[in-house]
Amino acid sequence: MSLKDWFANRKKRRLETALVDSRVCDDELHKLWVKCYNCNSSLISKDLDKNLLVCPNCDYHFRINARTRIEQLLDKTSFEEINAKISPADPLDFVDTENYKNRQKKAKKKTGLNDAVITGFGEIDGQKLALAVMDFEYMGGSMGSVVGEKVTRLIEAAIEKKLPILAITSSGGARMQESALSLMQMAKTSCAVAKANEEKILYMTLLTEPTFGGVTASFGTIGDIIIAEQGARIGFAGRRVIEQTIRQKLPSDFQTAEYLMKYGQVDMISHRKELKNTISNIIKIHAKSTKHQKKSKK
Amino acid sequence: MNKEFTPLEFEKSIYQIEDKIEELKNLSTRTGIDLKEQISTLTKQAIEYKEQLYANLTPTQKLQISRHPKRPTFLDYVELITENFIEMHGDRKGTDDRAIIGGIAEIQGQPVMLIGTQKGKTTKENIKYNFGMPQPEGYRKALRLFYHADKFNMPIVTLIDTPGAYPGIKAEETGQGIAIAENLREMAKLNVPIIAIITGEGCSGGALGLAVANKVFMLEHSYYTVISPEGCASILWRSAEKASDAAQALKITAKDLMKYNIVDGEIKEPLGGAHYDHKLTAKNLSDTIIKSIEELSSKDAKTLKEERYQKFRKMGVFCE
Repeated sequence: MSLKDWFANRKKRRLETALVDSRVCDDELHKLWVKCYNCNSSLISKDLDKNLLVCPNCDYHFRINARTRIEQLLDKTSFEEINAKISPADPLDFVDTENYKNRQKKAKKKTGLNDAVITGFGEIDGQKLALAVMDFEYMGGSMGSVVGEKVTRLIEAAIEKKLPILAITSSGGARMQESALSLMQMAKTSCAVAKANEEKILYMTLLTEPTFGGVTASFGTIGDIIIAEQGARIGFAGRRVIEQTIRQKLPSDFQTAEYLMKYGQVDMISHRKELKNTISNIIKIHAKSTKHQKKSKK
Repeated sequence: MNKEFTPLEFEKSIYQIEDKIEELKNLSTRTGIDLKEQISTLTKQAIEYKEQLYANLTPTQKLQISRHPKRPTFLDYVELITENFIEMHGDRKGTDDRAIIGGIAEIQGQPVMLIGTQKGKTTKENIKYNFGMPQPEGYRKALRLFYHADKFNMPIVTLIDTPGAYPGIKAEETGQGIAIAENLREMAKLNVPIIAIITGEGCSGGALGLAVANKVFMLEHSYYTVISPEGCASILWRSAEKASDAAQALKITAKDLMKYNIVDGEIKEPLGGAHYDHKLTAKNLSDTIIKSIEELSSKDAKTLKEERYQKFRKMGVFCE
């Protein structure tokens, strides 16, 4: 090997190792470290996962996807999904800067989901319940025909099985690409809740970061019990819309879970670590009371 | 055509033709030349042209008519279609929202609970009625009146013309979302016939909060949508100037929504829109209401409720 060759090879070698190294580093870094959006501290991913994706330093609750939520909340391997195959159509042939079909494909690729909600049955501390969990990663958790249909079917199935229902929301609102059809899902889901009411089925909602628009104005906020997760932003109109309408800046804690509780709009705020226990107790107390009621009727 | 209105952009051609006819008429009287034939052909052509034009309006043009400042408001209809309207104020919790008005009345002798959103025609009136944008307290007043109707077995009629529920600080604090959601849920439980009519703007949850009905109608030039075309354009196109594209894409007209079984029927408006003839519009409205009540009142409470449930249950398009 001539000296010239050696130098040429060295350059090539360096380039290769650099490429490989940086790739490994980046990937590993992403896996290993996460920055907290709130306090900016670097967190070890594993620790963060163990801490239910809550920053151990400042208690900031990271937004979590539907699958993770189910893992965190339900007894291990107790979840059975229903209606997983229902997927969106494009009834209006909607095209804005991109067509709706494309947006669906991208969202599916990103999340592995067919639409913005997972529904099914599971157990919390051995107590059965029906569960709907929205996923913000799928088109901003927007509610179109699929979300409406799956939530409604879940409520109907829970009535049939006489199981308590928990709806966990995370949504920017109704899905504009299905226009009035999305709007009607608000009515559809709320009518299903009315049926659950009449059958005296316990219907709980857990509002998580963020819950807005059509979901706030329908099945999200008509729970027999409404729980808000700590730090979640919850509202009807978006912050920007309100600021434009009233032409003034809003307080920084406006539309947070804490703000809503101050105004009597939610029953309680729960830290993510307390959620499972809280929900478990709510179900337990109601189940006992129903049993008691049945006995006294006899 | 009635000249008291400033023409909308697309109406200018009609106004020009009508001005020509007017000129000819004047000319004929001044000079004594017989122009009857020309005038009558031109008039005929003008009417044909108008019929064509108004039958084929774009969504944006319909939007303009639905928002016309002289369009009849809820209180206009109250005056034109009811006898003995008795307004019932307040939510009994501290507020009487003026954007939603309701009360008992008779329509063609039929007792009803009549509730609707109210817009103003002048700035002063609009401030009073908050531009037809209800606060949560308005929806709670409506709910109180729904319960009253249920108790005394009165059909409920709602007339909806709102750009949406009000987005404000206090509205969030007192639960705008919850107020609407509770109406959706409670309307499902009512034992009486419910008829909802979109008379102008049917925008978003603010409109739906009064529209979980057995029959839903729209006036010919009204619109019904999940979000205003302007709002949609500024979110999806990132430019409010694309509102007409959004109006097209959102499928907001009665004819569109009848295809998806969201709306049961379209109520005819006079040529040019409701503002040209309040009386005729009101008559068409009143006839539709009475016909629907007759159809629904033979049904028992259970059937009414189940049919209402199934109506909304079937809405939505998806793959399985």
